[in-house]
Amino acid sequence: MMKKIKFHQAINKALEFSLNKDKKLILYGLGVSDPKEIFDTTIKLQEKFGSDRVFDVPNSENALTGIGIGYGMMGGRVVMTHQRLDFSLLSLDQIINNAAKLFYTSDGKFSVPLTIRLIIGRGWGQGPNHSQALQSLYAHIPGLKVVSPSDPNNAYNLLISSIFDNNPVIFLEHRWLHNQEGTLNKNIKKIKLLEKVSDGKDLTIVSNSIMTVEAIKANEILKKNNISCDIINLLSLNPIDFKRIIKSVEKTGKLIMLDIDHGHISVSSEVISYLVSYNKNIFKKEPIKISLPNFPTPTGPSLTKSFYPNFVNIIKASEKLLSKKVVIPKRNLDEIKIHDIPYTNYTGPF
Amino acid sequence: MVHSIDKMKKKQSLEIFKNLLKIRLTEEKISKEYAKQKMRCPVHLSIGQEAIAAPLKFLLSKKDIVVSGHRAHAHYIGKGCDIEKFIFELYLKEKGFARGKAGSMHLFDKKNGFYGSSPIVANAIPLGVGMGYFNKINKLNNVVLIFFGDGATEEGVFYESLNFAAVHSLKVIFICENNLYSVYSGLKFRQPKSRKIYKVSKSLRVSSIRADGNDIRHTTKTLLNTLNFVKRNSKPVFIEFSTFRFVEHCGPNEDDHLNYRKESEIKKWTKKDPLKKMYSFINARDKILLSKFKKKFNDRLNKIFLKAQKLSYPKSSVAYTNLYDEKN
Repeated sequence: MMKKIKFHQAINKALEFSLNKDKKLILYGLGVSDPKEIFDTTIKLQEKFGSDRVFDVPNSENALTGIGIGYGMMGGRVVMTHQRLDFSLLSLDQIINNAAKLFYTSDGKFSVPLTIRLIIGRGWGQGPNHSQALQSLYAHIPGLKVVSPSDPNNAYNLLISSIFDNNPVIFLEHRWLHNQEGTLNKNIKKIKLLEKVSDGKDLTIVSNSIMTVEAIKANEILKKNNISCDIINLLSLNPIDFKRIIKSVEKTGKLIMLDIDHGHISVSSEVISYLVSYNKNIFKKEPIKISLPNFPTPTGPSLTKSFYPNFVNIIKASEKLLSKKVVIPKRNLDEIKIHDIPYTNYTGPF
Repeated sequence: MVHSIDKMKKKQSLEIFKNLLKIRLTEEKISKEYAKQKMRCPVHLSIGQEAIAAPLKFLLSKKDIVVSGHRAHAHYIGKGCDIEKFIFELYLKEKGFARGKAGSMHLFDKKNGFYGSSPIVANAIPLGVGMGYFNKINKLNNVVLIFFGDGATEEGVFYESLNFAAVHSLKVIFICENNLYSVYSGLKFRQPKSRKIYKVSKSLRVSSIRADGNDIRHTTKTLLNTLNFVKRNSKPVFIEFSTFRFVEHCGPNEDDHLNYRKESEIKKWTKKDPLKKMYSFINARDKILLSKFKKKFNDRLNKIFLKAQKLSYPKSSVAYTNLYDEKN
C-alpha cells in the first residue's frame, strides 16, 4: 500500500525537490525559517539548503515581490510565501505592473519565473483580513497564471510545475487543506489545467481548492441516491480549460458552479458566461452558482455559520436541478455542527 | 572600463564628454520631431540631467546592470544601449526593441545590461535590488545601478528596498536624481523643509552622499569612487545628485509659462546647464573634436529618424504575442 502523506508534507516535499533540482531557486517569505516554518511546509529547508537560498524577510511585501522579479530576470527562480493571501495585497503594484507585464513589454526578452504561495484562511475568527480568497482578482490579470490544488497529490505536482513554469504563478493554498491526507502519484509535467475527480451523467460540478473537498463529500451522498456527477476540479483558474468544461456540460446539461471566493464578478461567473456565449442552449436548467456572499468575512462563529457553503448546499442545488429528493445521512450532518474549524482537534489560532 | 579617475586618459574623458552630447542631441531631436505626432507615446525627456548618465558606458561593464524610472532616456543612451532600436521603438515600429509594445516608458536592452525602466514611481527599485541579490548569492562581482527621482523617495517601496539591500549587503547603487519637482509639485509640498534625502537613506544604514549632478567632472568622479567602494566593501550606496530638468515633465516643450518654478530658480539652473558647464572647462582641441562629433552624430540621428518614419508598423496580431513564456 502506498504511504499516506499530509498536504503540508506534500508542499514541503515539492519545495525540497525543486530546491534540489534548480540550484538557482530561492525560497523566502515571512516565517519561512521561524519556529513554525509556515505551518510546517518549509520545515528543515533552511537547514538543508542554507540561508542564502531559504530565508526569512523583512515585512516588505511589495519590495520582496519586486526583488523576486528582479532575481528571476537574471535567470533565477523564486518561491515567495505569504501566510495569508491578504498580505499579498500590499504587493499588487509589483505583481500587476511588473510580474504580469515584463515578458510582454520586453517582447519576450525577460521572463519572470516567480511562484507566489498565498495561503487562504478560514474559520476560527480569521475575519475580513485573514480569510480572503480573491482568486478572481488575480485570475483577472493577463500575464499571471493562477492555480489552486485541492489534495496532497495535486498540490505536490502543481507546485513543482508552477515553480518550473517560466511565468509568474499565483499558487492559492487553502489553509484548511493542510491536514488532508492522500498518496503521491508523482507526475510532473507542465501545469495541469484541470482534472476529472468523478465521471457521471446527471450533472456537472465545476470546482476548485477546498470546495472540491465539499464536492467529493456531496458526490458520495449523491451516489447513494443514484445520482452520478461529473466533477471537474479546476487546478488552473487562469488560463481555464473551457473546452473540457463544455464537453461535460454538453453531456449533462446541468451545472453547479462552485467558487471559494465572492461570487460576483468572479471566476464562477466567467465560466457560466463563457458557456452561455458558446451555446445559449447548452443548459437544460439554469446553472447554479455557489460562492461566498458579496460581503466581507465576519469574525464571530455565529456570523460565519451560513457564510461558507458546504456539501449540503451542493446537495440542495442538485435536488433543484434534478427535481429529486436526496437523503443526507445524519452522521454527515453532524460533521458540520462545528463549522469554523477544519478538523476536530484544530485549536487555532490561524 | 575606467578604474581610476587619476589614471583616466584624455581620450576616455573625451568619450564621456561625447556621451553627454549624444544624450542631449538625441533628446533635442526627439523634442523637435515629437510635434509631428509620429512618436505616439508619452516621453519624459532628460534634457538638463545628462551629466549623471553620461559616464555610465565608460565606468560599467555590460554585466553591470542599470534599471530606471520614467525619465530613463539618458540612462539608456548613457549605458551605451542600441539607439536605433530605441528610436524605432519610440515610433512604435516593428523594428523597435519591443515591436511597439513598450515605447518610451518601458526601455530594455538586455545585451547591454539595461534591464528595464518603469513609469510607476519607484517601481523598478526593488527589481534592481533583486538583481543585486542574484549577483550576491551567485558570487558575481557586478554592480546594479538603480536610477529614480526625488519623488520615488516618498514611496514605501523605496524604504523597503534600501532596507533589504542594507540587511544583505548588496552591491547596489541607489541613484536619486533630485530635480526638485514631481511633475509640478515642488519638494516643499512633499517633504519637510529641513530634511535632506541622502540623510534619510543614511539613517537606514546605507552609506549616502550628495553631489552636484550637473558637472560631468563631479558626476564621473562620484560614480567611479562609489563603484570602487561598492565592489571593495560589498555594500550598497545611495547618491543624491542635485539637478534640474529643462523641459516639461512629460512632453517635448518648455512649461515655464505655468509658473510652478520661480524665474530666479530657472535662471540659477540654466547657468548650471551640464552642457554649458562642460564647454566651460574643456580645452580648444576637445572643442574641435566635439564639434566634429556633433556633426557626425547629428547626421546619424537624421538618418535614424528618417528611417524610423519610413519603417512599417507591426501587424495588429503582434499585440497578441508573448503573453506567457512557454519555452522550457
